Amino acid sequence: MESSTDSTSRALEVRGLSVTFTTRRGPVPAVVDVDLDVARGELVALLGESGSGKSAAARAIMGLSDRNATVTADTLKLGDTDLRTLSEQRHRKLRGTRMSLVFQDALSALNPVLSIGDQLGELFREHRDLSRKAARAAAVDLLGQVGIPAPARRISDYPHQFSGGMRQRILIAMAIALRPELIIADEPTTALDVTVQAQILELLDTLRRDLDMAVLLITHDLGVVSEVADRVMVMYAGRVVEAGSADDLLSRPAHPYTEALLRSVPRADRREGRLHAISGSPPSPANQPAGCPFHPRCEYVVDDCRTTRPPLLASTVNAARFAACHRSEEVGHVAVAG
Amino acid sequence: MSPSPGDLVLDAQDLHKTFHTGRSGLRRARVSAVDGVSLHLRAGESLGIVGESGCGKSTLARMIVGLERPDSGSITVHGKDVTKVRGRDRRLLRSEVQMVFQDPYTSLDPRMTVLELVGEPLVVHKRVTGTAARRDRVAELLGLVNLAPELMHRYPHQFSGGQRQRIGIARALALEPRVLVCDEPVSALDMSVQAQVVNLLRDLQERMGIALLFIAHDLSVVRHVADRTAVMYLGRLAEVGDTDTVYDEPGHPYTQALLSASPVVDRTRRRLSSRIMLAGDPPSPSDPPTGCRFHTRCRFSQERCVTETPALRALGETDPRTVACHFTEEVRQEALAR
Repeated sequence: MESSTDSTSRALEVRGLSVTFTTRRGPVPAVVDVDLDVARGELVALLGESGSGKSAAARAIMGLSDRNATVTADTLKLGDTDLRTLSEQRHRKLRGTRMSLVFQDALSALNPVLSIGDQLGELFREHRDLSRKAARAAAVDLLGQVGIPAPARRISDYPHQFSGGMRQRILIAMAIALRPELIIADEPTTALDVTVQAQILELLDTLRRDLDMAVLLITHDLGVVSEVADRVMVMYAGRVVEAGSADDLLSRPAHPYTEALLRSVPRADRREGRLHAISGSPPSPANQPAGCPFHPRCEYVVDDCRTTRPPLLASTVNAARFAACHRSEEVGHVAVAG
Repeated sequence: MSPSPGDLVLDAQDLHKTFHTGRSGLRRARVSAVDGVSLHLRAGESLGIVGESGCGKSTLARMIVGLERPDSGSITVHGKDVTKVRGRDRRLLRSEVQMVFQDPYTSLDPRMTVLELVGEPLVVHKRVTGTAARRDRVAELLGLVNLAPELMHRYPHQFSGGQRQRIGIARALALEPRVLVCDEPVSALDMSVQAQVVNLLRDLQERMGIALLFIAHDLSVVRHVADRTAVMYLGRLAEVGDTDTVYDEPGHPYTQALLSASPVVDRTRRRLSSRIMLAGDPPSPSDPPTGCRFHTRCRFSQERCVTETPALRALGETDPRTVACHFTEEVRQEALAR
């Protein structure tokens, strides 16, 4: 997918990314032919359900795929660096300094037997050659930046002494410590309460503006996407089925899956009658339907959908909008009318 | 206000529950999970309970279904206090209140077929004798939750998350309970599947006249399911009343903040900047604040809130809800001005 951003500000450029897992029952394609761009200062959301391939794609970009995964791509570039040809050692050096990952579960991502100051300080000592004292001072600064009250006092505390929201802040602090160009946040707020989720989303939003970072947000939550994303890519069964600016995509969905999802989420600000339910459940990556993978659940299904998989094409009226549907123009019309 | 006794299926009065959690320092640590909660449910009514993790909503549910014994207070089903009765009477009364669990992946025994899972309560309570009669009843129950009866010889792993949750619901319905307690019944499901289960619960409630106690952290789902909503904070009720009133004109500062933090899928109403941000995390229930337990995070907090615990009180003759806040009139005034 082409983005409207020019190449100078492009932090991440991905073309034709595929991830296939080798299992006892044969190869399972988890990600198929995904194109993705994130510019500096931009927040792109990768929206999908479990098994849609969103996390496998993120891990492939980070170079953290499982051993049984085969990753192929036509282009996989962080700034000007080609990630495909990088040695494992150089790749490792890159993680943390130029791109970093924020996990969902902060408690298992932090080392329980090291104090927060040691874990944050390690980053500076390892990558920036700071002295122990200077690293500690830098760590205190960082904790303050992500909104931890009285950072100088809490720097010697251990992960279990922090609440869930605070631990997520610490994880974000570690991710931004070395000013990376790209942050990949994998469901960073899923384990948190809504009042804390709001704080974390706002923190991510402020930091990427202040530090001019590219953020790739992996999420299954339409509400979160609507709150913070500039652009959205919707994944279903390993492929991108729709992409575009968040404003446009959420108000004028062009793929029946996105459109049905938007209609099925209940809203806190008004009460409707019955929810619009999508029949069936998402396919397992190992066992995908022929043709368009959404066709067994789709309300717009025609014969063509059962045999021919629709390619991801740019809209005829808006070059920044993409959808993989034989009938995407009709979907758009219905959504506007409704 | 109080309904006629004939309608009342469940009446919980002044429930308290404190857990002992080892020692912290010299004192024995105590967690006050539920502190003086009263609720009632009428036949065919649905009551939603919302609150963040640690607010005591799950403990409340477990007390109501009899998995946890309250320290004090009474739970009356059918005019009999179920916390007092023992033996056969207790079992009989307990069959009136059944539970649907959060995680359909762990709450079903993987070695039992659907027939055994759904038929088990029938055997335990000797409701149906004979294999054929039991099979017929299970088929009927599966039909109620829109699952094909032919699937009854399969095992849980052969079903998707949404289907498993339906099996859990069929199992809960087996004894024809008056009250169904659902603890986060959709939060473990894929987003495209949640609406199916929400609609099913709503249908069952309307068709079979079952009273629903629906516990969730997701405010939008509760708005959709519940006729009345109770908001919990740190073991106490903050606000209870007619769902539309609670959501549209919240009278407790905590309800306001919770609603304001809940993400909305609507790009024209992104409110990251305009929302009411709560500072910090919920305090630990092992050391709850004095007076009003919300005062440490409240925008309206005054001296009186620190010392005096606010009781639930009605806002006026016509207002269909009660609020536990000393300054709810001011809170409402300010909300209107915003």
